[in-house]
Amino acid sequence: MEKKELGFVTIEGKKVAIEGERNLLELVRKAGFNMVTFCYQPELEIFGACRLCLAEVEGMGILATCTVKPKDGMVVHINTDEVRKLRRMNLELLLASGNHECTLCGKSGNCKLQKLAKDMGITDIRFKRKVTTSHLDSTSAALVRDSSKCILCGNCVRTCNEVQGIGAIDFAFRGYKAKITTAFNKDMGESKECVSCGQCARVCPVGALMPNHQEIELVQKAINNPDKKVAVHIAPAVRVGLGEIFGIKPGIPVDGKIAAALRMLGFDYVYDTSFAADLTIVEEASEFIRRFTEKDHLPQLTSCCPAWVNYVEKFVPEFIPNLSSARSPMQMMGPVLKADFEQKGGKREDLVVVAIMPCTAKKMEAKLDKFYVDQNPDTDHVVTTTGLANMIKAAGIDFANLPDEEFDAPFGTKTGGGVIFGASGGVMEAALRFAAAALNPKAKDGVIFESLRETKEFREAELKVGDIKVRVAVTSGLRNARKLLEDVKAGKAHYDFIEVMSCPGGCVAGAGQPQYEGWKIRKERAKGLYAEDAKLDYKSQDNKDVMALYGKVLDKIGGPVAHKLLHTHYKSQKEQN
Amino acid sequence: MPNKKIEEIKKDYKEAYKNITGRVTICGGTGCMAGGSMKVYDAFEAEFKKRKIGYCLNITKGCHENYLSISGCRGFCAAGPLVSVNDIFYTHVKPEDVAEIVEKTILKGEVVDRLLYTDPASKAHYKTTAEIPFYSKQERILLADCGRINPEDINEYIAHGGYAQAKRAYLEMTDEQVCQEMIKSGLRGRGGGGFPTGKKWDFTRIEKGPKKYVICNADEGDPGAFMDRSVMEGNPNAVIEGMMIAARAIGADEGYVYVRMEYPLAVVRMRKAIKQAEELGLLGENIFGSGKNFKINVMEGAGAFVCGEETALIASVEGKRGMPKVKPPFPSQSGLFGKPTVINNVETLATVAKVLEMGAEKFAAIGPKTSPGTKTFAVTGRVANTGLVEVPMGTTLRQVIDDVAGGTTENDGTVNKAAFKAAQIGGPSGGCLTKEHLDVPLDFDSLKTVGAMIGSGGLVVMNQNTCMVNIARFFLEFTKRESCGKCVPCREGTDQMLALLTDITEGRGTMKTLETLEELAKSVQKSSLCALGKTAPNPVLSTLKYFRDEYLAHIQKKECPAGVCKALSKYRIEAAKCKGCGMCKRACPVQAISGEVGKPHQIDPKKCIKCGACARTCKFGAVTR
Repeated sequence: MEKKELGFVTIEGKKVAIEGERNLLELVRKAGFNMVTFCYQPELEIFGACRLCLAEVEGMGILATCTVKPKDGMVVHINTDEVRKLRRMNLELLLASGNHECTLCGKSGNCKLQKLAKDMGITDIRFKRKVTTSHLDSTSAALVRDSSKCILCGNCVRTCNEVQGIGAIDFAFRGYKAKITTAFNKDMGESKECVSCGQCARVCPVGALMPNHQEIELVQKAINNPDKKVAVHIAPAVRVGLGEIFGIKPGIPVDGKIAAALRMLGFDYVYDTSFAADLTIVEEASEFIRRFTEKDHLPQLTSCCPAWVNYVEKFVPEFIPNLSSARSPMQMMGPVLKADFEQKGGKREDLVVVAIMPCTAKKMEAKLDKFYVDQNPDTDHVVTTTGLANMIKAAGIDFANLPDEEFDAPFGTKTGGGVIFGASGGVMEAALRFAAAALNPKAKDGVIFESLRETKEFREAELKVGDIKVRVAVTSGLRNARKLLEDVKAGKAHYDFIEVMSCPGGCVAGAGQPQYEGWKIRKERAKGLYAEDAKLDYKSQDNKDVMALYGKVLDKIGGPVAHKLLHTHYKSQKEQN
Repeated sequence: MPNKKIEEIKKDYKEAYKNITGRVTICGGTGCMAGGSMKVYDAFEAEFKKRKIGYCLNITKGCHENYLSISGCRGFCAAGPLVSVNDIFYTHVKPEDVAEIVEKTILKGEVVDRLLYTDPASKAHYKTTAEIPFYSKQERILLADCGRINPEDINEYIAHGGYAQAKRAYLEMTDEQVCQEMIKSGLRGRGGGGFPTGKKWDFTRIEKGPKKYVICNADEGDPGAFMDRSVMEGNPNAVIEGMMIAARAIGADEGYVYVRMEYPLAVVRMRKAIKQAEELGLLGENIFGSGKNFKINVMEGAGAFVCGEETALIASVEGKRGMPKVKPPFPSQSGLFGKPTVINNVETLATVAKVLEMGAEKFAAIGPKTSPGTKTFAVTGRVANTGLVEVPMGTTLRQVIDDVAGGTTENDGTVNKAAFKAAQIGGPSGGCLTKEHLDVPLDFDSLKTVGAMIGSGGLVVMNQNTCMVNIARFFLEFTKRESCGKCVPCREGTDQMLALLTDITEGRGTMKTLETLEELAKSVQKSSLCALGKTAPNPVLSTLKYFRDEYLAHIQKKECPAGVCKALSKYRIEAAKCKGCGMCKRACPVQAISGEVGKPHQIDPKKCIKCGACARTCKFGAVTR
């Protein structure tokens, strides 16, 4: 079919073809003008609040380009004196509105407000400064909020509502008193709705919502404590995210450099969470085969995403029996490391386990009561990808030029199945690899489940082994997950196994990763993981170090010891009316 | 299907009404009620009982004596509480006047002269409303029944021809015909925007159904505006009939009246009228046997000015935060709950049946061609007769202020037409009109050419003792508070404009302040998301345009020419007038005044806190500022 001719728009004299862009702003950006704005997010409804995408459209006057549909023949000017003056004025108003002391802000260097002010050459603010002190809320383990830095672009509100279907935060009050807050103006840590996914922080253009980095100090202290050994492990997605902060192209795995950097930071043992991901697959997929055979609470739901698990507990507890009892890789790694340490004669509390995660919810997960043994947590500290970058920078390590190093054995070995955990669809694909071989010993390695690697909101696949048909589905984003569950409940969808990740795109797109917009970077990062996968063993049960655990630290797959260390239980947290 | 045909109701009512010997109508508008009109009502009832004079409170078949009822707002709020006995019109009536009214007027047919309206200038007494200039200079079409009929009795509305046009629209006209008739009439939205009503309906009519909505925007928020409130309180059935006709025109089966919660009486009267209409089968299913349904819900807003903006209003009805959305899509395409929706304001909807009644051509012939019809104004401020007036579009500002409202007054209330300084039209979003605009016709297009807007019809008259910088500050204080906070220029810009204006009125202003203020005002106007922000700087820009010298006086001379801005006022004692009595010295709370008895006193400006106690105490007018 021939592509429909949609016409052209002239932007600053440059003719740009309309190719179904959502608004004029996208067309302006396509024309090569990187118009920095705050409130437009490609996957959210158009909001039109920041008024920084202003342009003059001939015959129509000054308009916010995010709200204008491109039409053939439009002539657009983005650099007239008037447009520049208006954009500058709105920026100046924002700068006066809050506590924008760049040197004291964790977002410095990665802040859109700072960038715009610099790009526009603003050196003076003509207006009264309204807020000069910070209003920090660090009650949530996952996130810190500082409303004094908030520019009210509403990205967080809309993401929580539109993408996650939760609405844990919203606008309150009006006019100059308007602010974004939780229900009943509670601290974030007290919110009954927040599942700690952090997608709000992922879209925050300034330093108002950020991952909670306060644990870094404790990690540094543990490293410097001669009585403690500190083990660190990095999640699959971290290796394709961290590099971006140091100028490395998105999607290029930097696990070798990370291993080197972690040793330079003083960690005693440097491991890979992918090891635990393989272990997760062994346990979770075995559980699935049992449940599938016994028709026990199907569809089974994955349980490795803590925000998702928290969501089920808070909003759809009727699906708790469907959740796999398998812990997340991070929460398998901790007890295994500590059990191993104890077996070798150490004391549990003398091993500090630090997890480097692409995720803010992991911070919440590590602090759950059920993951403590005698007041000692299975995972002591969680640091996000960006938090690790901060540590690397603070130590003055020239990351980009580090030579690659290997992870320590045995908890540093992994298969492709463990690595692709970081992308939405990866857990399911790894589980299918395991199940295919478990159900049919003659099954060949190398089968790729292409349909699960797409970026569509809802993906499905079917595994056929003889007469057996296993139907699986994958989605990411909690609103999508809710929709899928509603369909399951209504009998409109029939699956045996469903993978859900809270962050659209999976862990590579987590809130602990470097900030990004749109799908391009997410896809690059996932691609990086699949490229790694291709170099490694195919399925999790091929991880000899994982299988060697059984009989040593663990008993047998699904056995009592394995159950104690590798499985968990859930509890409804739904508010009773 | 109505239980009883409206023609029968009309006939029965008129039959029963014939037996009435006298009609006492007490104004039940908010203004008069605040002035104690319900106590007057009770006094009448008590007096009738005491004297065993027959009376009824409802028009029914057996009723054959005096009919005591309330009415809606009669507009002449400055003279309330208002009472009429048949044609005789009494003002400022107190409960203690009632015995005399009953004795003289009801029993003997005599007039109580002292309660008649007295013209402040000519001192002439007027017996009936028809004689009073305030009424005789108006052209009351929309308000014709407002203040005349009992707003809580649907039968009287029907007896006056009510619901006949709705019936016509449902039974004799097609949806397209109704739209065409409205387009032909040229009726433009009275809410402020002035968009042609018929066109709006037609856009919605052609959208795909089946679910569509009609919303009556009764979130009248401009300070000083009370047209919509008066219409809802005085003739709620006219609003309902307008909504029914709109529903017929676009194919809606459900409507909402979104009333601000600060209008409790309007809410009560609207609800009562809807209930009565439902009982008569005028609302509900199978209206007039047409097979069409229409129901109306009343919803109270939570008191946000921005909810008068249609997209914010829709969000509020949906239970969301009242924040405007970007348009398109327009409500006609995707409005309430995503369905095609028509939103009209109260006055527009209340005019609809009148348009059909008189015919599009006749309506179009009133006033200027591009702004036909009449318009109501809520006239407040420094005028002799504040209140609600209705005049043909195109009437000049001078006619409204001088002829209808009795002229500009001094601060003490005496009429002095020359004291007129400016009029703020269109509320906080409007602009100010000055002496040079007194003969500008008040209509959508003429006002636009002078940088003002008709808005919803608030008209605040100001005299020479008004500081225009302070006025701009006053309106901005309002819009700053009422901005929803969504877009940057409105949320932050109004706050900063106010800060700059405060700097000027408190003597901290420099020429740089003025320059920044002007640039900011223009910027907020150009770059805000919705009409609230786009129009918020109007008071600043129009006062800057017409009264720049006042700004300059504040900045360069640190003086407020009108003597309003406290921080700039300098109290002085005129030696020639001072008798040295020492009263001011004793009144001064900070011992800033010194002087020997019998000799002129002095004020120490360093100590003075500008409280004005000295000026108020001085019997000789020696203290000036």
